Amino acid sequence: MLSERNAGKWLLYLVLIVIGIITLAPFAWMLSASFMPTGQANTYPPRFFPGSITTEQYEALFSRLKLLRYLLNSVIVSVSVTIISLFVNSMAGYAFAKYRFPGRDRIFRLLLAAMVIPGQVTMLPLFLMLNRMGLINTYWGIIIPGMAGIFGIFLIRQYVFSIPDSLIEAARIDGAGDFRIYWSLILPLCKPILVTLAIFTFMGTWNDFLWPLIVMTKDTMYTLPVALANLMGEHAQDTELMMAGSVLTILPVMLVFLALQKYYIRGIMMGGVKG
Amino acid sequence: MNPSTRAAWLFLAPALSAITVFFFLPVIVAFVMSLTDFDIYSLADISKARFVGVNNYWNLLHDALFWKALRNTTYFVVVGVPLSIATSLGAAILLNNRFLKFKSLFRLAYFTPVVTTLVAVAVVWRYIYHPRFGLMNYWLGLFGVNPIDWLGDPVWAMPALIILAVWKNFGYNMIIFIAGLQSIPDELYEAAHIDGAGKWQQFRNITIPMLAPTTLFVGIITVIGYFQFFAEPYVMTQGGPLNSTLSIVLLMYQEGFRWWRMGYSSSIAFVLFFIVFVITLIQLKVQKSRVV
Repeated sequence: MLSERNAGKWLLYLVLIVIGIITLAPFAWMLSASFMPTGQANTYPPRFFPGSITTEQYEALFSRLKLLRYLLNSVIVSVSVTIISLFVNSMAGYAFAKYRFPGRDRIFRLLLAAMVIPGQVTMLPLFLMLNRMGLINTYWGIIIPGMAGIFGIFLIRQYVFSIPDSLIEAARIDGAGDFRIYWSLILPLCKPILVTLAIFTFMGTWNDFLWPLIVMTKDTMYTLPVALANLMGEHAQDTELMMAGSVLTILPVMLVFLALQKYYIRGIMMGGVKG
Repeated sequence: MNPSTRAAWLFLAPALSAITVFFFLPVIVAFVMSLTDFDIYSLADISKARFVGVNNYWNLLHDALFWKALRNTTYFVVVGVPLSIATSLGAAILLNNRFLKFKSLFRLAYFTPVVTTLVAVAVVWRYIYHPRFGLMNYWLGLFGVNPIDWLGDPVWAMPALIILAVWKNFGYNMIIFIAGLQSIPDELYEAAHIDGAGKWQQFRNITIPMLAPTTLFVGIITVIGYFQFFAEPYVMTQGGPLNSTLSIVLLMYQEGFRWWRMGYSSSIAFVLFFIVFVITLIQLKVQKSRVV
C-alpha cells in the first residue's frame, strides 16, 4: 500500500518535471543559441550548449541594428502608458465608487457593455485620426489610445468600494478638499490594486504588437516586438542573432514579472472572479 | 451643479473624454466606413469615399479569401480552445495535490510562457519548427516520427500554431482553475470517499460539476482571445502556406494597412465584433439559466 502511494508520488513528480521541461526548453534553447557564433545553431542534432560562448550577436544588435533605440522606445511608451493610465483610471474608478451624481450607473453600465467590442474595430479610424493630428510615428500614437482603460476603471472601482466612507468623511471634516482626499487618502490605500494594474498595463503595452505595428512605420520609432518582427524579414537565416533579439525583448518583462509576480497572479484571480 | 457632483465630473473627465474620443467615436466611424468604399484615394482626399450601403458585407460573402480566413480561425478556435483548457485543467489538478512540494516553483515554470512577448516567442518557435535543425522534429525523431515540415506544409501549419498557442497560454487558465479547485469544500470529497466513490468517480461527480462556472468563464475568454489571433501567423507564416494560416485579423490588417482598402477592412472588423458579441450573449444566457 505504502509503496503504491510512493510510486504514485514519483509518477506525479515525473509528469510535472516533463511538463516543466516542455515549457522551459524553448527559453533555454533561445538563451543558449543567442551565445553561439553565427551558424552554430543550424546543426543536426540541435545543440543545447554553445560550442564556444560569444556575445557577437548582442554586439551586432546594439552596434549595427539600433537595438538600444528600440529598447528605449519600448521603455518610454510602456512606462508612459502605465503612469498616465494609472492616474486617469484611478480618478475615474474613485468617482464611480464614492460619488453620487446623476447618470452614474447608466454611464458605468455603458462602459461595461463596451468591453465586448474588440479593439481591432477601432484601429482603422484611430489611425486616420492620429494621422490627421500628425501623431503617427510619435510616442503619442501609442500613449493616447492607452490613456484610459475600462477594465482598469472597473478594477479600481471594485477596490475603492472596500474603503469605508467614514474615512473619507473624517478627512472632509478635517478640511481636506476633493482632490486632496483622492491624492493623500485614496491613492495610498489603493496601493495593492495600483501595483497589480501597473504590471498588467506595463506588460500589456510592452508585449503589444498589432497597434505599434500600425502606428510606428518609421524604423527609428519601432518598439521591440515590431523591430523583432521586421528583423525576422531580413535576418531569418541568422538564427543566433534572432535568438539574441528575442532574449532582449523578453528579459525586461520577465524581470518585472519575477519581481512582482504575487500582484500579477492576484490580478488574474480578480479577472477570474469577475465572470 | 452641487460641488460634489462637480468634483465627480472633474475626476471622470480625463477618462471619459479619452474613451469617448479614442474608443467610442472610432467604433462609430468604423461602422460608417464599412458602408463606404474608403480606399487609398480617400486617404488623401476624404471626399473621394462614396457610400455603398452593405456592398462590402455582400462582397465579403463572396470573397473566397474571407471564407478561408474564417474557416482557419474557426479551426484554430475549435481545436485550440478545448486543447488549451484541458491542458490548463490537467496542470491545475496535478499542482493542486496537497502533498506536493515545490508547488510554487512548478507553477512559476508553467506560467513563464504567459508573460513573455508573443512576437519573441513566435520567432523562437519558428526555429523550433525548422524541418531539419529544429528541436521539435529532433524530439519527435527520438520516438521514431519522420520529420514534419511544420510551417511549410498547409496541413501542418495550423496544428503548429495551435501547439504554440496552447504552450503559450495554458498557464493563465491554470491559475484560474487552481483557484476554482481550492474553492471546492473538502467535505464533499470526504463524504464521497466514505460512500466508497473512487478517484475517477469523485472527479466526474464532484470536480467537474463544481468547476462548471469557472470552466464556462475560462472557455469564453479563451474563445474570444483565440478568435483574435494575429501575431503568430504574421511572424511565422505570413498567413501561408497557401493561406492555410490566414486569420480574420491578419486579413483585416492586410486589407486595411497593406492595400488601404479601409472600407472593406472595416467590414471585416465588424464581422469579428459580431462573432465576439454572439459568444458573449451565449455566455450571459448560459449563466442566467444556471442561476435559476
